[in-house]
Amino acid sequence: MKPELGALIGAVVVFAFFAVQSPVFRSMRGIANWMDPASTLGIMAVAVALLMIGGHFDLSAGVMTGTTALTVGIVAVQFRQNLWVAIAVALLVALAVGFVNGWLVTRTGLPSFIITLGTFLMLQGLNLGLTKLFTDTVTVGGIDDVPGYAAAEWVFASRLRIAGTEFRIAILWWVLITALATWVLLRTRFGNWVFATGGDEVAARNVGVPARRTTIALFMTTATAAWFVGTTLAVRLTSVQANTGIGQELTYIVAAVIGGCLLTGGFGSAVGASLGALIFGMTQLGIPYLGWDADWFYFFLGAMLLLAVLANRLVRRYAEAARR
Amino acid sequence: MTSPPTPPMNATNAPLLELRDVGKDYGQVIALDGITTTVRAGEVTCVLGDNGAGKSTLIKILAGVHRADRGEVLLDGVPVEFGAPREALDAGIATVYQDLAMIPLMAIWRNFFLGAEPTRGRGPFRRFDAALARETTRRELAAMGIDIRDPDQPVGTLSGGERQSVAIARAVHFGARVLILDEPTSALGVKQAGVVLRYVAQARDRGVGVVLITHNPHHAHPVGDRFLVLNRGRSLGSFAKADVTRDELTRLMAGGAELDQLAHELERPTS
Repeated sequence: MKPELGALIGAVVVFAFFAVQSPVFRSMRGIANWMDPASTLGIMAVAVALLMIGGHFDLSAGVMTGTTALTVGIVAVQFRQNLWVAIAVALLVALAVGFVNGWLVTRTGLPSFIITLGTFLMLQGLNLGLTKLFTDTVTVGGIDDVPGYAAAEWVFASRLRIAGTEFRIAILWWVLITALATWVLLRTRFGNWVFATGGDEVAARNVGVPARRTTIALFMTTATAAWFVGTTLAVRLTSVQANTGIGQELTYIVAAVIGGCLLTGGFGSAVGASLGALIFGMTQLGIPYLGWDADWFYFFLGAMLLLAVLANRLVRRYAEAARR
Repeated sequence: MTSPPTPPMNATNAPLLELRDVGKDYGQVIALDGITTTVRAGEVTCVLGDNGAGKSTLIKILAGVHRADRGEVLLDGVPVEFGAPREALDAGIATVYQDLAMIPLMAIWRNFFLGAEPTRGRGPFRRFDAALARETTRRELAAMGIDIRDPDQPVGTLSGGERQSVAIARAVHFGARVLILDEPTSALGVKQAGVVLRYVAQARDRGVGVVLITHNPHHAHPVGDRFLVLNRGRSLGSFAKADVTRDELTRLMAGGAELDQLAHELERPTS
């Protein structure tokens, strides 16, 4: 009963479908191209998957990539700080937001869906309001003129040459983060607590699992991932729009669900979420490669999501049938 | 210790656990009053009672969820008071609740060590020792005579009786000296209940003092050494096995006269 099995089959089918019809899609350059959107999405999807396994949602994860990217830009450009200082400040902001999300959810016992919808809207307003306040526009630009940019570019936005093709470094980070998350989930105490907290929080607490701390740590993890992706965007694009990341939160959840995460928590995998992101990236670029209208992308994605949810339902039935 | 030791092998001085005149109120409501009984190592003390008799309150006092308002709880002859479940657990009193505290979607070995995972390595490389956990789970279950095909299967795929058994094995492994079982057989069929009672006997034979809470005298009588019958928060008596039959237990639980009345009422429609 591997959570990622369905996503693996899906990824192979989607790859075969586009690769057979489009030579560009199956070329090294094509692969480097569709791995790129998959990578930044994948980093978020992995973190969101951990949180979902732990039994919660984070609707503020998308807008938080914008918040962190804008923080990097404003602190570096408007406050004339070294880019690394700005990146560190953005991390602190992200951790604080993640902590508040987790703290509110564990304190109130309200659904994380509604709590993070609140922080999502607040951050959306703050992103616009503060950007306008500091720049008088809705864009922060000129990030590449700031000291420290060269080193930051090397870490967050350089390219690796593999077999004569340039791959964005985010792909490497994505693979490493997926591996790390898998290790944490399956081979650490914390990972065991994540599954337990999402599976049955009361039961987990009864046997001494620190469910609250686990939940807060998970929210801080999605926030950290948002910081990483936000910083990548800021460094890569060198200018950030105030509406960056809005709407992405659902895409992360879709990728995690396609990857086998149950909406009810307690089940899923990091590799699955990454495969979900891969399917996303392949479809997003595969459809224009075939010369189709890009609108079909959403239809296709919706169909994948429905299929995944139906498959996941079987898993839940399997568990509940024996529940008594 | 003033009470005379029960005859055969239990010549040891103080009982493992003793309740003296324990009582508990919830506001104006007297939930429990004047409860006295003993739990000895290698014996099963059954707590019997209908719904609302005070069984859950008694468990919660022993498990450290609530404090007793009156009376004393003695562990090894020493008065104790638990402020939190963790304290009771550290003193060797483990409680297996009706809902088991197991996560259906997780593997048996992950459940077995949940909250007490063995680790190896240090610093950032400190990790869950999965191989040890798997092996220990298999060995401990085998020692209790529980045959699990594959410790990797999710707990949700086990039958209710198997799950109770795993929970009992877990408590014994983690050093429980007193094992409190909350209605372990209530949701089970006859066969499954028999399986669980066999593991209760196993735990007893390994020297654990068992408190078996149930409303079913048919399950309690064969395995119990001592019976405490509760009704509306009060003790109807604490009996050694030799002093009480199964039918007497049943009558006591139902409140004797009430049962006769019920039988009388149910007979009437024949006319």
